[in-house]
Amino acid sequence: MSQVQSTPTPPATHAGTPAVSGDDRVGKRSLLSSLFSRPEIGSLIGALGLLVLFLVVAPTLRSGASFSTVLYTSSTIGIMAVAVALLMIGGEFDLSAGVAVTTAALTAATTAYQLRLNIWVGVLLALVAALAIGAFNGWLFIRTGLPSFIITLGSFFMLTGLNLGVTKVLSGGVSSPRIADMDGFESARSVFASSVGVGPFNLRITVIYWIALVAVATWLLLRTRVGNWIFAVGGDPAAARAVGVPVKAVKIGLFMAVGFTGWLVGMHLLFNFNTVQSGEGIGNELLYIVAAVVGGCLMTGGYGSAIGAAIGAFIYAIVTQGVVYAGWSADWNKLFLGAMLVIATIVNLVVKNQAAKK
Amino acid sequence: MSENPNTEILSLTDVGKSYGNVHALRGVSLAVRQGEITCVLGDNGAGKSTLIKIIAGLHQHSEGTMVVNGEDVHFTSPRDSLGRGIATVYQDLALVPLMSIWRNFFLGQEVRKGFGPFRRLDVARMMEVTGQELAKMGISVPDLDRSVGALSGGQRQCIAIARAIYFGAKVLILDEPTAALGVKQSGVVLKYVAKARDAGLGVIFITHNPHHAYLVGNHFVILNRGRVSLDSARADITLDRLTNEMAGGAELEALSHELSSVSSSTGPTAAAAGSRTTEG
Repeated sequence: MSQVQSTPTPPATHAGTPAVSGDDRVGKRSLLSSLFSRPEIGSLIGALGLLVLFLVVAPTLRSGASFSTVLYTSSTIGIMAVAVALLMIGGEFDLSAGVAVTTAALTAATTAYQLRLNIWVGVLLALVAALAIGAFNGWLFIRTGLPSFIITLGSFFMLTGLNLGVTKVLSGGVSSPRIADMDGFESARSVFASSVGVGPFNLRITVIYWIALVAVATWLLLRTRVGNWIFAVGGDPAAARAVGVPVKAVKIGLFMAVGFTGWLVGMHLLFNFNTVQSGEGIGNELLYIVAAVVGGCLMTGGYGSAIGAAIGAFIYAIVTQGVVYAGWSADWNKLFLGAMLVIATIVNLVVKNQAAKK
Repeated sequence: MSENPNTEILSLTDVGKSYGNVHALRGVSLAVRQGEITCVLGDNGAGKSTLIKIIAGLHQHSEGTMVVNGEDVHFTSPRDSLGRGIATVYQDLALVPLMSIWRNFFLGQEVRKGFGPFRRLDVARMMEVTGQELAKMGISVPDLDRSVGALSGGQRQCIAIARAIYFGAKVLILDEPTAALGVKQSGVVLKYVAKARDAGLGVIFITHNPHHAYLVGNHFVILNRGRVSLDSARADITLDRLTNEMAGGAELEALSHELSSVSSSTGPTAAAAGSRTTEG
């Protein structure tokens, strides 16, 4: 209001002064700081540190066989962590991911057994069920606008109850029927639960799936339109919608991707052990989230990487297996895991802030 | 800089909009010509946002006519408006802070190469175009991989405008582009607005600030309570008059009269007390 009393002269000179054109305060970023701005760099340093630590304190870890075990453990968490990381970059959570794995395995075993079908039919039905769970989570999330945390917490409990309840009704017990003598078991086992010897390593096939999924997800994120959209819907859904990104479809697709990886891991568990306990999987959803966050994904969405999630899964495996190989009590696992989560998150934050300043 | 005989791209005649029995906008007429900047000024609640929303296709007008390129139109969605080459840069800019500059520039309109499942982003091409378009408008950003969140408000504003121009806008609506910026940054944005004008676009520049408007505008429209209270070409108005009109004109005089009668009764510190009351 005070402008009225003292109206300034028309600021012609003011306007003539060249405003900042090409800010000379902004220099080129060094290669090092570009490197440090990658989401996975903090977890990579952490993973290497832990690897060295456990190779020193647990000599048995140095053998090919035990290292293969570490990779196997990484892969069962890591396959899920890839999709969970994509979902988290897209701005959402899936707390039902752990039990959905069990649901997929139970679906395959139970339908094939009850209907006397080839086990492959059960496998396909399980895929449909797993994708449907993802689609349901996504659809409910879009329709209600509730936080995905609540929606998937709901489906977590519902699936937990369904897994136990339906299994009890159909088989009277807590585990799925044994399927080792059913048609198609051998071929399905070779697809989902075989091993390949590579040099001193005995690689489980899940390790190969894991690496392949990480590669595909990384390519998808960084080099495709869908990847661009995933970052956008997580970073700022309103802005994404304003420039024509199909926000709803992307989010539903991400929930379904988690469903897909849940199916893959579920099939592995089923054909590896030939039966599944209906109470399994509870709590694993948090491990996937830990892997994604340790790997540099932001809880708020819009930032992260699939490679980071893979490194996060590897960190989990090296800690849990390393503790065993070092001869320490496995009781300490969770303590390590929790500390790792907090430390990794702090390191990521510091690294990210440093990179932003440079 | 007098009245310019450029072709009219967009014109509104007696446009009105009511929500139930509330008339948010009444009898607004406005023309946007190629290569000209039409400034729309007004206080909070004057109807500026309603006006933008009608032109951007978010709302439909309930009275009057809107003509785009000689055709009578009634937009039903923002897509209609975009399809006619009208791009709106809102205050929130529709940029994703954590994403890089080039990714933001092409978000939703990505350039791709390859076939079938191997269709992928043509990163080199998109970076090249982004760099060129920004350079054309005098913004130099050394690293297009830098995230938009690390840029200043003015630079972000410029990227949003450059994007709208590159994707074929004929009319650019800028919703308070300088509202949240400092003096220097406002200067950058204003220069950029002028460049958009020189590139042949018709610009609607919505602002609170008569000084900013006067620096670049060819035509000024002031809205007050949903009506046009001033409609003038640049040649017919001075900054003083514009500032005064914007601040309320007649209403302000009445207020100052009222205040002086209040302050004269409170004694010799009248002037100081008066100005303090004005701010409060």
